[in-house]
Amino acid sequence: MPVRVRLPAILRDLPGARATVELSGAFDSVSDALDALWREVPAVRDRVLTETGEVREHVQLFVGMESIRFTGGLATAVPENTEIHIVPAVSGG
Amino acid sequence: MPTVRDLRVRQGQVLLMAGTSKGVFLFAAGPKREKWERGGPHFAGSPAYALGHDATQGDRLLAGVENPFYGPTLRWSDDLGRTWSEETASTLKFPEDAGVSLKRIWQIEPGSRNGTIYAGVEPSALFVSHDRGANWELVRGLFDHPHRPQWTPGNGGQCLHTVLPHPSDPMQITVAMSTGGVYRSEDGGRNWRPRNNGVRVDFMPDKYPEFGQCVHKVVRHASRPATLFLQNHGGLYRSDDNGDTWRDIAKGVPSDFGFCMASHPHDPDVVYIVPLEASLFRCTPEGKLRVYRTRDGGKSWEPLSKGLPQKDANEVVLRDALSVDRLNPAGVYFGTRSGKVYASADGGSSWRLVADGLPPVLCVRAAVIGAPAKARVPHARGAKPTRKSASRPPARAKASASAAAKRKPARRASRSR
Repeated sequence: MPVRVRLPAILRDLPGARATVELSGAFDSVSDALDALWREVPAVRDRVLTETGEVREHVQLFVGMESIRFTGGLATAVPENTEIHIVPAVSGG
Repeated sequence: MPTVRDLRVRQGQVLLMAGTSKGVFLFAAGPKREKWERGGPHFAGSPAYALGHDATQGDRLLAGVENPFYGPTLRWSDDLGRTWSEETASTLKFPEDAGVSLKRIWQIEPGSRNGTIYAGVEPSALFVSHDRGANWELVRGLFDHPHRPQWTPGNGGQCLHTVLPHPSDPMQITVAMSTGGVYRSEDGGRNWRPRNNGVRVDFMPDKYPEFGQCVHKVVRHASRPATLFLQNHGGLYRSDDNGDTWRDIAKGVPSDFGFCMASHPHDPDVVYIVPLEASLFRCTPEGKLRVYRTRDGGKSWEPLSKGLPQKDANEVVLRDALSVDRLNPAGVYFGTRSGKVYASADGGSSWRLVADGLPPVLCVRAAVIGAPAKARVPHARGAKPTRKSASRPPARAKASASAAAKRKPARRASRSR
């Protein structure tokens, strides 16, 4: 069953981006799923991760309703038929 | 999101760009520089610490834009701010093997070769583009410098904030960073040596180390490239040997602390600064907002206050928030962290408020659109052209005029986000 990645509005104008990107196949981890996302929509990668491969400080990733900050980061498991949400963190001034 | 106000900028007008903590605002006025029209905010919600203008092949505006969530990108506009390149158009980022990530773009500076643009960034590094900002290379010679592990962040971050390409020798580049100090390359960026001899460091046991200075800004005039002026984190300096040695020129200023510094466009002896009280109270001294100007290369300084608030004005002007245009009499501009932008159309002798209520102003850039020499400046009362005025426009401005008619919108252009 596919994994669906929900993109925030501000990233949907990037080339190839849209509100929901469906990824076919099974993924061991968020990192694997994101690799598939970058293949589908390469422009999103640099907006979500830094050059060193870390999730940007003010970006939150959720698998289902759980933030990956508390479930193992990019190594968090991705169940089948689930949604990954990319959202701006509550921060700023 | 706020409505972006369009601004039509015409040939011969002065374009004043203000990068703020919440986007880029544009202002335009005729050569008299009295009435300013306003546009923006572009990239609403995103800080812009660096703005640039390249006129080698038509006017290109460049902006270092820092989406608070999704990181920094370099954007450009070939239609004077009406549309901007897509976020993906520029490759300005660290290569994977560098082991660091781009945090902020601090400086965008055209080089002396057509099409060359430099970017100074945080963490301290220099990038170069040979196609006016699309494709970028990390300048490895500086990034791999053995001193790099000892460069430490100041209050603003570990930033390379000043890039001074030599006006006639493309192999010579001078940069400055906080902290780290001044470095110069004479072989196009392969090798770099610190150039801080005589620049004081108040916050280290060794007051005159080889490097480690917290330099805030360095400027030079194209007609006298061996002379540099430096605003330090405590200290005001001049060098007449291209940075090899420095001597203190902080006589006649209320404080030798400050961030910004600008060179007059036509007179190499004229430099502007905005002193702040001290490192621990970074506000204009005595509650007076005063620009200081030297007209004799740093031997003496005079306060410029006409039109500026002289009571309860606890203002800060950041390192790139002071700029000049190339008209004669020269326009001088600055923005404050309290969101005000001031302009002088007579070389700093008098000032008027261009905008108030902006988000904190981080940087300011002024540019004459088209050829400055063709712009007719009605002399304001009491304002005389500078004696040492340049009668010819710089090469870049000439190119700009000839290419203006061919100007096209930026490829893959978009509205600013």
